Amino acid sequence: MTYTMTRQSKPILLGAILLTLAVPVFAAPDDVQVDRGHKVYDKWCFPCHGTGPGKPGTDSLRQRGQNPAVLEERTDLTAPAIKQFVRHGVFFMPMFRKTEISDSELDAIAAYLTRNNKK
Amino acid sequence: MRLPPGVSSSDFSAALARLEGAVGKDWVLTSDDDMETYRDSYSPFWHEEEDRIPSAAVAPDSVEQVQAVVRILNERKIPLWTISTGKNLAYGGSSPALSGSVMLDLKRMDKILEVSDKNHYALVEPGVSYFDLYRYIQDNKRKVWIDPPDPGWGSPVGNSLERGGGRTPMGDHFASVCGLEVVLANGEVLRTGMGALPGAKTWQQYKYGFGPYIDGIFSQSNFGVITKMGVWLMPEPEAYREGSVAVPKHDDLIPFVDTLSYLMNSKIVRGTMLLESPVLSYRQSQGGSVLDMPGGPSVQEMERIGAEKNLPYWQMLFHFWGPPKVIDAQWEYTKEKFSAIPGAAFRDGRAYRFPVELKDSDDVQRVYLGIPNLSVFALIAGGQGHMDFSPIIPMTGEAVFEVLQVFGAAYAEMGVPPKNQFFALPWTFFPRSFVLLFGLPVTHNIEQNRENRKVFRRLVGVAAEHGWGEYRTHVAFMDVVSNVYSWNGHALRRLHETIKDAVDPNGILSPGKSGIWPQRMRESRA
Repeated sequence: MTYTMTRQSKPILLGAILLTLAVPVFAAPDDVQVDRGHKVYDKWCFPCHGTGPGKPGTDSLRQRGQNPAVLEERTDLTAPAIKQFVRHGVFFMPMFRKTEISDSELDAIAAYLTRNNKK
Repeated sequence: MRLPPGVSSSDFSAALARLEGAVGKDWVLTSDDDMETYRDSYSPFWHEEEDRIPSAAVAPDSVEQVQAVVRILNERKIPLWTISTGKNLAYGGSSPALSGSVMLDLKRMDKILEVSDKNHYALVEPGVSYFDLYRYIQDNKRKVWIDPPDPGWGSPVGNSLERGGGRTPMGDHFASVCGLEVVLANGEVLRTGMGALPGAKTWQQYKYGFGPYIDGIFSQSNFGVITKMGVWLMPEPEAYREGSVAVPKHDDLIPFVDTLSYLMNSKIVRGTMLLESPVLSYRQSQGGSVLDMPGGPSVQEMERIGAEKNLPYWQMLFHFWGPPKVIDAQWEYTKEKFSAIPGAAFRDGRAYRFPVELKDSDDVQRVYLGIPNLSVFALIAGGQGHMDFSPIIPMTGEAVFEVLQVFGAAYAEMGVPPKNQFFALPWTFFPRSFVLLFGLPVTHNIEQNRENRKVFRRLVGVAAEHGWGEYRTHVAFMDVVSNVYSWNGHALRRLHETIKDAVDPNGILSPGKSGIWPQRMRESRA
């Protein structure tokens, strides 16, 4: 991001400064999406798929031989597979509606869970 | 496009266009993919025609939008089915009782309007989950506890109106409801209790208001759409402790439950307990049944095994919340009362002072500390879901003995082997009675589901023959259960129907809920 310091451009610059308050200066768009996905994941997915005791999604994946069983540690998930599981459910996991997780939030979850995949 | 029953394609299209005008295009959903998300993911009809699939979903975000939606659907007699968070799993999930209903999805109404730690209550909208309310209370450092049901993703509104239960002293959820805002089928909005007084200062502090107290008719019913609800909360206690009581003999259960009942009704023991039987659990681990099966081992044999293996016949874990000196005294008195049973044994359990930072290694069930979670799903981690058969039985030892015999004989008659018998010993979710929760599995196998539905219906019938009825049921069995509540020629159901016809003459609100059908559908179903 570059700005020309002229009197005329001041309102634009102010807008840019305000924007940087909400978005890290050097964040690539992907990082923003991943951060947002992390927040949505924490709200909707962590209670079942997180680490620690009483996480039946993690326990179930472990029982089914998935390694790692914690979704956040996976590097082989794909966005279509994540969306399929969220919208259609699998085993005892129910499906989630758009009023719970919107399409754009689901995109963000997918960005977060695929962030460590080999490019 | 799927159509609601009895509604023409042109009428439905016109209604959908008006709904889009009321709530915005994004929040009127009709695609097959979207309808998939409103199915019961634990449906006992998976892959069968009878599976309940809606025709559309509409998701308002305010009471004014709810009023507009209801008016639009009422004009055209289009049935709707209301959900709050849609997580009524084991009882129908987010699916309607009538295929083709329009889902009225209130998840977007997710405002926490007030939390008081002076009088200990909250005022919430239907889309607020137990997780949401818990986080709000934590973030705002309010000195109150919620009472979450075992899965924390449901809503106080949905679970309380279904008359669900939790584990703390506030575990009878409908008993904690104080004040409703209700949208009627004609779009009119009303407030119950003190809420009927303009400018009321005590809507969430006094339940009854003036005149007939009608909140009960909006539970497990289809008489209105709840858009706000007051719920009483528990003051944050200073401490929590547990203690278990075990008794050695089969017949000890009679004085054991008498003592339990006395302590519960005296409020010395509070919260929800589960009756356990280490002896019967051992029998089950050896391939036997928890139930009394014809030709099975005698009580004397089981007592002998218990003595050999040092297993008590019955035991229960008790929970105490409050100031340490009070709960220590309650536990001491509990032990004193049970000491009248020869051989009674006691063990101190976990103890916490609040606030507490739990470690991963702390294995206390979080719901007893008012912390919502999803750990209960570990019970079905190997499966695809379940549906709950949940009759209320008397809180007496004699009733437990009768239950073990009656359901044992029923399973034997149906030829169900012990490994496929679903049964659980009683819980104390509600005062003055026991509730049994049998989680019958649901699968994606048509034959297995048919067999389990047959078992479910038989269990309802057997229970009713002995004077036991369900406290709540799956949408697939609402008619079956309604049919057994038949005293005096179905006098109660006829009153429900009279109310239904008066407050919802076009019969649009959740047809079939609790076996209550609108007049225009009632005759064809008779």
